[in-house]
Amino acid sequence: MTVGKDVSALFPDVVNCMQTDNLELKKLVYLYLMNYAKSQPDMAIMAVNTFVKDCEDPNPLIRALAVRTMGCIRVDKITEYLCEPLRKCLKDEDPYVRKTAAVCVAKLHDINAQLVEDQGFLDTLKDLISDSNPMVVANAVAALSEIAESHPSSNLLDLNPQSINKLLTALNECTEWGQIFILDCLANYTPKDDREAQSICERVTPRLSHANSAVVLSAVKVLMKFMEMLSKDLDYYGTLLKKLAPPLVTLLSAEPELQYVALRNINLIVQKRPEILKHEMKVFFVKYNDPIYVKLEKLDIMIRLASQANIAQVLAELKEYATEVDVDFVRKAVRAIGRCAIKVEQSAERCVSTLLDLIQTKVNYVVQEAIVVIKDIFRKYPNKYESVIATLCENLDSLDEPEARAAMIWIVGEYAERIDNADELLESFLEGFHDESTQVQLQLLTAIVKLFLKKPTETQELVQQVLSLATQDSDNPDLRDRGYIYWRLLSTDPVAAKEVVLAEKPLISEETDLIEPTLLDELICYIGTLASVYHKPPSAFVEGGRGVVHKSLPPRTASSESTESPETAPAGAPSGEQPDVIPTQGDLLGDLLNLDLGPPVSGPPLATTSVQMGAVDLLGGGLDSLIGGPNFVAPPAAAVPANLGASMGSGLSDLFDLTSGVGTLSGSYVVPKAVWLPAMKAKGLEISGTFTRQVGSISMDLQLTNKALQVMTDFAIQFNRNSFGLAPAAPLQVHAPLSPNQTVEISLPLNTVGSVMKMEPLNNLQVAVKNNIDVFYFSTLYPLHILFVEDGKMEAVSSRLQGSNIFTVAKRNVEAQDMLYQSLKLTNGIWVLAELRIQPGNPSFTVRLPAPALPALGCLLPCAGQPLLPSLLPRAGVSLMGALAQLGWGPSEPDVNEHQNSEPSFQLSPIRLPR
Amino acid sequence: MIGGLFIYNHKGEVLISRVYRDDIGRNAVDAFRVNVIHARQQVRSPVTNIARTSFFHVKRSNIWLAAVTKQNVNAAMVFEFLYKMCDVMAAYFGKISEENIKNNFVLIYELLDEILDFGYPQNSETGALKTFITQQGIKSQHQTKEEQSQITSQVTGQIGWRREGIKYRRNELFLDVLESVNLLMSPQGQVLSAHVSGRVVMKSYLSGMPECKFGMNDKIVIEKQGKGTADETSKRRPSAPAHSGKQSIAIDDCTFHQCVRLSKFDSERSISFIPPDGEFELMRYRTTKDIILPFRVIPLVREVGRTKLEVKVVIKSNFKPSLLAQKIEVRIPTPLNTSGVQVICMKGKAKYKASENAIVWKIKRMAGMKESQISAEIELLPTNDKKKWARPPISMNFEVPFAPSGLKVRYLKVFEPKLNYSDHDVIKWVRYIGRSGIYETRC
Repeated sequence: MTVGKDVSALFPDVVNCMQTDNLELKKLVYLYLMNYAKSQPDMAIMAVNTFVKDCEDPNPLIRALAVRTMGCIRVDKITEYLCEPLRKCLKDEDPYVRKTAAVCVAKLHDINAQLVEDQGFLDTLKDLISDSNPMVVANAVAALSEIAESHPSSNLLDLNPQSINKLLTALNECTEWGQIFILDCLANYTPKDDREAQSICERVTPRLSHANSAVVLSAVKVLMKFMEMLSKDLDYYGTLLKKLAPPLVTLLSAEPELQYVALRNINLIVQKRPEILKHEMKVFFVKYNDPIYVKLEKLDIMIRLASQANIAQVLAELKEYATEVDVDFVRKAVRAIGRCAIKVEQSAERCVSTLLDLIQTKVNYVVQEAIVVIKDIFRKYPNKYESVIATLCENLDSLDEPEARAAMIWIVGEYAERIDNADELLESFLEGFHDESTQVQLQLLTAIVKLFLKKPTETQELVQQVLSLATQDSDNPDLRDRGYIYWRLLSTDPVAAKEVVLAEKPLISEETDLIEPTLLDELICYIGTLASVYHKPPSAFVEGGRGVVHKSLPPRTASSESTESPETAPAGAPSGEQPDVIPTQGDLLGDLLNLDLGPPVSGPPLATTSVQMGAVDLLGGGLDSLIGGPNFVAPPAAAVPANLGASMGSGLSDLFDLTSGVGTLSGSYVVPKAVWLPAMKAKGLEISGTFTRQVGSISMDLQLTNKALQVMTDFAIQFNRNSFGLAPAAPLQVHAPLSPNQTVEISLPLNTVGSVMKMEPLNNLQVAVKNNIDVFYFSTLYPLHILFVEDGKMEAVSSRLQGSNIFTVAKRNVEAQDMLYQSLKLTNGIWVLAELRIQPGNPSFTVRLPAPALPALGCLLPCAGQPLLPSLLPRAGVSLMGALAQLGWGPSEPDVNEHQNSEPSFQLSPIRLPR
Repeated sequence: MIGGLFIYNHKGEVLISRVYRDDIGRNAVDAFRVNVIHARQQVRSPVTNIARTSFFHVKRSNIWLAAVTKQNVNAAMVFEFLYKMCDVMAAYFGKISEENIKNNFVLIYELLDEILDFGYPQNSETGALKTFITQQGIKSQHQTKEEQSQITSQVTGQIGWRREGIKYRRNELFLDVLESVNLLMSPQGQVLSAHVSGRVVMKSYLSGMPECKFGMNDKIVIEKQGKGTADETSKRRPSAPAHSGKQSIAIDDCTFHQCVRLSKFDSERSISFIPPDGEFELMRYRTTKDIILPFRVIPLVREVGRTKLEVKVVIKSNFKPSLLAQKIEVRIPTPLNTSGVQVICMKGKAKYKASENAIVWKIKRMAGMKESQISAEIELLPTNDKKKWARPPISMNFEVPFAPSGLKVRYLKVFEPKLNYSDHDVIKWVRYIGRSGIYETRC
């Protein structure tokens, strides 16, 4: 504009012109300010006044212009003054001003992020998403998306079904650019299930008919991403696939630059979902006057779409292309013929003959390229097309590119036994050995060794020559080392050498040129953007942390197809995602994270005072939570076999048989092992386990399985503070490193001398396990009966529950009802009494627990083992019996929840026990 | 988003430079010139990455437009924006040339300020922009408050492409169905690929905010209606078959101007819209089935020895004899080492153009169902170049007064409830033009 001259000296004079009422002049002055304010920050202050005044102008165009320009002046002092006008403009009555102000928040955030947060602009911006004007919504979405990109962790956009609905409504009304912003934003959303995904897809599909290619591509991105969540059996899935093809084809009639962007994206789409475009091969045929970049991309897609059905057509086209003028294009076309041969076996023969025809043209680069691909065809179909070798050998002299020379040498070496003059051919290459490129040298070395192993008599001299050339006269370490290896192999054990050098080679497949699946999935999330054009993740070309949030496709939720690997967890999830493993104790998590994961502590309990605090709390309501009526919280760990539950209908005797049966065998009931920590959440380490009580000691039986690919070592375990002070009594001993797919069973002895803290629910235990990879956290519920001590027997009457250390106090018959009085004692010395009332003929039995008003139990907890005040017992007993009913007698529990009316059930109502 | 926008002349001198983002340094301008405009090799991609900065460029005649960014932007959007930018500039000052850009640089900066904010494209409809970016310079006090708010509501509103209060004495509209038919045929006459890409361009001179509905012989619509009314018609006229078969065409895909309600098209397949004032492109479509190929080219190339080629090309017109094709041009490529050409043609004029390496045969008019022929003898210089002549295809240009896809406009209804003119008062014109796109026959 200024022809490169620095005109900053005119600053004061220009600022004087700001007060004009000629809009055009004003704009020019503003433009000047944007360019030069940074070099003259002090002078720029002079302009502030006018800006502030213009922000109050009755003309909305001027208000918007002022706020727009102010945001572009990157001078700190001005930024401060910008806040007030901006706040007003964000609430302006005119949509034109509001939409400009929305973008201005993004500008301000770029200059001073902290200021924007402090001033609460982000909230105002969020409100604008619900604005009545579609353009304001679009700009607010664009601004928020940009700000959110620099704070990957913050949940700025806060996409939920309601806000998505608003966006989808705005989508119908706003400008083409606004539609792009909204669609790009939608693509970041992860619907909660396939239903939601489908309904969003339905509302996005009309965009596929938009004239603007960018709108179409962004819509394709949303659809491709959400399709991942839809089940393939769904009718809608098929419909959607059909709807996607025509718009993609239409993109190819756009201007060449857009065609290029579209083709790069189609390349990705074809790799991800080949079914979409499988019938559209013809549209990718190259036109004579396509720009070269379009031609090359089309060729690439043609190969990807080549199949048995269309191979004849494709080959005819490729042959046509191989006679064009552009060298790169011709080379690629020749290479494509080779790839077709490898991809579609039926066509191999035709491809080879086409290549031979091309070699006959004697066009230098065509011949060389053809030889390179024929080498690949030999690798794929060994011993099939060797008849062409003679033709290839005729062209030996014309090869001047290293790749073609290397390919030819490989062919000669590989089929040395069929080529009479193989030694002569190779010798001719050997003359200029040192002038060749490394690739050719290595290949020549190998080929001559192969030749020697096949025809040892005539070629001894040759092999010695090449070995000495490679080892003595070369300073390339690769070449030298390979030379030495061959030399020693040949001199020590020629048979082994034969096995090594002439070993069968693995077949090659066409998959080699596909994009790696995880990268492909990520790129699908970037359809339409630069990343999809470069076929690189944004981190490869974007500086700094901006916009490099790793994106991935949403996992399929609906069906059992659990093909997702842990890496493709929902977008933006922090690596240590825990909330699912430890349900509610978000606040305690921090506590746990601070734990030192060295050798496990089995130290003394905490100071009494603090324990008392915790204990008071424990009684305040922690226990109650376990007995919130008959609907007990079902612990995930208590996975009791379902068939046991079925047998419950017959009544109490069965129940007792069951418990005694289990009890007599192992001392007490043992819950089957359940998975506590799935491998998905712990980088491949799966932990399952259970708790047992055997002969007075509690132990945690763990089963560690390594489902990762690397060896795990250095295991350690630690518990968070818990209600009963459970702590490991010994370190976690895993003697040998855990190799992949290995499982180890460990019994970890526990004691109850750890520190105490009330947990919710009471029997919740939070565990941290460390290994050489990371630290993992999970929580589990332990059955309370492991805490029941053996000396809990009040009166030896019945041995039926004895196995579980629940003892019957008394049994009597009142009004045709059987009454059972049970007792048990916890490790911390709490006694529990309960009454069981059983009515014959009535499958439901009543548990009654005495619950007098309770004083603080706190003082009792630390003094484990001491006798307790009787009045304090029952309250705790209520919840413990509840827990018992839930855990020890687990089989009945599901029925309780589901069929309360017809099936046996417990009715808990406090009664007062006779003292 | 877009970090900056530069316009260069063919020498690589910067004509316009507007930087929107701080991450674009001043050296970016030079980086593009050095690496792309002055690059030794032909540019192989419209997107270039230089030192982590991405450049998108398009070329219009000898002017380069480049958008710069350091972020992972929506690439399709950037190109769409650059095209739009060219359209807007063309609408303001005509051809995009160095001179025009230099003469209008204030206007261009003003436009760039308006249609791109912090790199985000804003409303770029020429109709809307022209209401407040004029070359005369608006004095703010001359506008009334109503006028101002009308401008802003139009720029940001739902119908950003049309302003209120348009009045015409004569309500008139013109529909042009412009099709370009593309063909690639093998020397043996086998169709390798053929498609029609068509555009419906509308010129509307209508008062108020008219609601329009456009109908054509789309197979899906016809079949749907055919089902609905089949009973009635068969009762009344049992002999007349419903509109179907040849009468309707299968549209592979279509895209619409942003004024068309896409959700309505998606659900009912009806095309309804409030048109912008003046000329605009209502829709684009593509068909591949049952295309009428207006011309058939039959080539015959014979190599007589190493220094002579005999070429004979026959063209046959394949449409109603009453129609006339115009501006027919057949381009027969010749080898690079051609020394002389002798041409004999039955109709029109044929000339060998050495600079284009082709024989160009022009015929002004040709009726349907006719045939014409050209034969040429090409003398070649003996060369020892091993490279074979690539034999580019024979291409053809023409214009015919019908739509090769078979598309017919069935109706265009106009409703304007607020003003007192009805659909019948509107004068409507329809015209069909079929042109050759890439119409090639390999030889």
